[in-house]
Amino acid sequence: MASHGIRDRVAIVGMGCTPFREHWDCSLDDLLIDAHCLALDSAGMVKDDVDAYWYGTSQSSASGISLATPLRLDNRPVTRVENYCATGSEALRQACYAVASGAYDVAVAIGGEKVKDGGYQGLNALPIPTDGTNRTLTAAAMFSLMLPAYAERYSVDEDRLRYVVAKIAEKNHFNGARNELAQFRREISAEAICEMAAMAGRLSVFDCAGVADGAAAAIVVSAERATDYTDAPLYVKALSLVAGDGSGLVDPAFDFTTLPECAAAATDAYAQAGITDPRTELAMAEVHDCFTPTELVLMEDLSFSERGEGWSDVLDGRFALDGDLPVNTDGGLKSFGHPVGASGLRMHYEAWLQLRGEAPAERSVTTLDTRSRALVHNLGGYPGEMVSFVGIWGTEKD
Amino acid sequence: MSTIRGILAYGVHVPYRRLDRAEIATVMGASDGRGHRSVASFDEDTTTMGVEAARRALACLSDGAPTAGALWFSTVAPAYLDKTNATVMHAALRLDASVPALDFGGAQRSAVGALRAALSGSDRTLVVASDVRIGLPTGPEDVGGGDAAAAVLTGSSDDGPLLAEYLGGATATAEFTDRWRTPGSDHSRTWEDRFGEHAYLPLVRQAWADALAATGLTAADITLAVATGLHGRATKKAAAGLGVAVADDRSATIGNAGAAQPALLLADVLDSAEAGAVVALVVLADGCEVLLFRATDALATGRPTRSVAAQVEDRADVAYTRYLAWRGLLEVQPPNRPQPNRPSSSAALRRTDWKHGFVGATDRTTGIIHLPPSRVGIAGGEVDDMDPTPMADATGTIATFTVDRLVYSQSPPVVFAVVDFDGGGRMPIELTDVDPADVAIGDRVEMTFRRLFTADELHNYFWKARPARG
Repeated sequence: MASHGIRDRVAIVGMGCTPFREHWDCSLDDLLIDAHCLALDSAGMVKDDVDAYWYGTSQSSASGISLATPLRLDNRPVTRVENYCATGSEALRQACYAVASGAYDVAVAIGGEKVKDGGYQGLNALPIPTDGTNRTLTAAAMFSLMLPAYAERYSVDEDRLRYVVAKIAEKNHFNGARNELAQFRREISAEAICEMAAMAGRLSVFDCAGVADGAAAAIVVSAERATDYTDAPLYVKALSLVAGDGSGLVDPAFDFTTLPECAAAATDAYAQAGITDPRTELAMAEVHDCFTPTELVLMEDLSFSERGEGWSDVLDGRFALDGDLPVNTDGGLKSFGHPVGASGLRMHYEAWLQLRGEAPAERSVTTLDTRSRALVHNLGGYPGEMVSFVGIWGTEKD
Repeated sequence: MSTIRGILAYGVHVPYRRLDRAEIATVMGASDGRGHRSVASFDEDTTTMGVEAARRALACLSDGAPTAGALWFSTVAPAYLDKTNATVMHAALRLDASVPALDFGGAQRSAVGALRAALSGSDRTLVVASDVRIGLPTGPEDVGGGDAAAAVLTGSSDDGPLLAEYLGGATATAEFTDRWRTPGSDHSRTWEDRFGEHAYLPLVRQAWADALAATGLTAADITLAVATGLHGRATKKAAAGLGVAVADDRSATIGNAGAAQPALLLADVLDSAEAGAVVALVVLADGCEVLLFRATDALATGRPTRSVAAQVEDRADVAYTRYLAWRGLLEVQPPNRPQPNRPSSSAALRRTDWKHGFVGATDRTTGIIHLPPSRVGIAGGEVDDMDPTPMADATGTIATFTVDRLVYSQSPPVVFAVVDFDGGGRMPIELTDVDPADVAIGDRVEMTFRRLFTADELHNYFWKARPARG
């Protein structure tokens, strides 16, 4: 399989992100307009400077028209992008390739989701006609399958493992408490989370991503022109996407302790970026913590931890704000919230702030002395049938 | 008629759940109740229970024996009106398109009448009777009813070894409104008890005498009688007057399972009958039906592996209030989640082998079993190079599992497991007939046909896994 990457060929020169909240007072259009304006301001651009758009939304609207209309774009191409919860990163990936191809000079990737107009609790799937044999299980329950499997395989006591994943939520809430844009901004202890009622397997509501409305946007130009817009562009090092074949749900060999699509996307991304030891070469990472067990397993799939040791690395605080490799420094999906189409771009927004030294002091990483790269991981789907994005970005050209 | 006809196979499904009658008394403050009644799970209906009974009956047949040539289904509580229910069963049993599937519906007598017609006919007819007995809380069906299904494959001695010969019988008919219910009503009404005795007993005497005369038997020739029917007191009195030993009517452990009861009790007797035993089936239902059978030598080795008695013992209680919620007699607040969409009829037809038959596909190159079946296999191989692989009778092991307390369900929470089947194949699937606290990795499961939900009045049938009962 050929996956050459476009390392150092394009760069992000502006980004914007709305607060993620239950925005009863904002429509999807409002959020998209706000994110767009914030990104343009960040790059010192006006709307007319943008040549093309990739608009990511999972279920909130359809067709590029649903972006072009509220933004009143002047005969611009707009592609609506969807790839489950990896939609936001997918939009960015497409925008990058478009600029790298030379077809456009300035592309915007913008993602948004309005989940709070439906009236139901949680994130619910679009009703596509089926033969009735499909699963109806919640995402929380599907991801909760990983806990007994991981405990069984690595002989970790189930209660201890439950505490480990609660520590992940504790970390992300600690970080989110230091982030004005996050949906949940209060610290909560792992012990308190362990006391909560289990809603899906061993998972409580606080092991699950927040359900919020929001939008985020990035502006991409060629690397050569990046410094026209900002002193500190974020150069692309790697973009990879793996769409799984669903074999995990068919093949007894899959044991639910790993997310193979994520591991494969990471391998491709590390090859594109020339990274051989992520633990020492990444300043930070934003990963898709839709549920706490997801982040645990991702530490191993992204090679931040050895197989079977992710749980002890979590307990050691390796991925905390002041740890060796800070993960989800903005609070993650857990505390920032998860407007599906926006999340991948929101992750990039944190990388943008941190690598440029613009993150608020109370959550700035201290790894920038020796490292200049960030990893963004964004997945969609379920264990066994998943799509995974991994992007790597850096402030230095190689 | 020179060929001997009778029963080639039979099977019964007694659902897993029980209602302790004493609990009705506790909850409702009514007079004391004793024993248990069987309760169909929230995901069972007369069709799904009929499928389970029919599967057990057909499993009695030896490999290569001819299967059913016709399928007749009778219930008082059909899942559909206007549309045939037997066709759902036909699909689940993977019968050939040339096998007719018909409903004989509406009244309890239809079931035993269908059995008589099949025994007197010329085909290998699988007669399935099934019922879910509901009534007003504390009423006679609520307390005394039972849910169950029974299937009997009738045929001639040319079709294979008969487990019981049909010797003949008789019928008596009269029109009287002792018990009645109009469509859409949630319970049956009855006239005063004494009237029923008055109406039934002469009919029983007539049918009994005619049956003995038709078969040349006397009461002394009859080993055991099964007596059941719509009118409890009349049935007891009639039974006492036969001058024959009467079998346990399972009222203390199952209840009266309506349309299924005659075949269920007949099966119960055949489960332990000696070769040569003559069994009388006496049914009081808008008249009287008497059918006489003789158990054969083949019964000892041909009876189903899961007897009525074994299924009666395999049980767990359900709370009365939850039972009422399951039957729709108590409407409970659903979670604030979207209700499921109706299944697509065109997609369901396209995928009927999978949806109704649980037929997967095995890749001819890799040997990997694919559930659901797919045209393109995992791990290589050609496109469209798979063999259909029936998996309904497979057993498997739980690889991992969870309990979902968020998802919409008629009876939360949902227990869900990843099942790895013996011999290959994996299916993430809902578990049923199990309590969430009792599930563990490594547990053994088997497949069962269930109704997942109903949307837009369309029933969504598919399969679930349940703990293997052996």
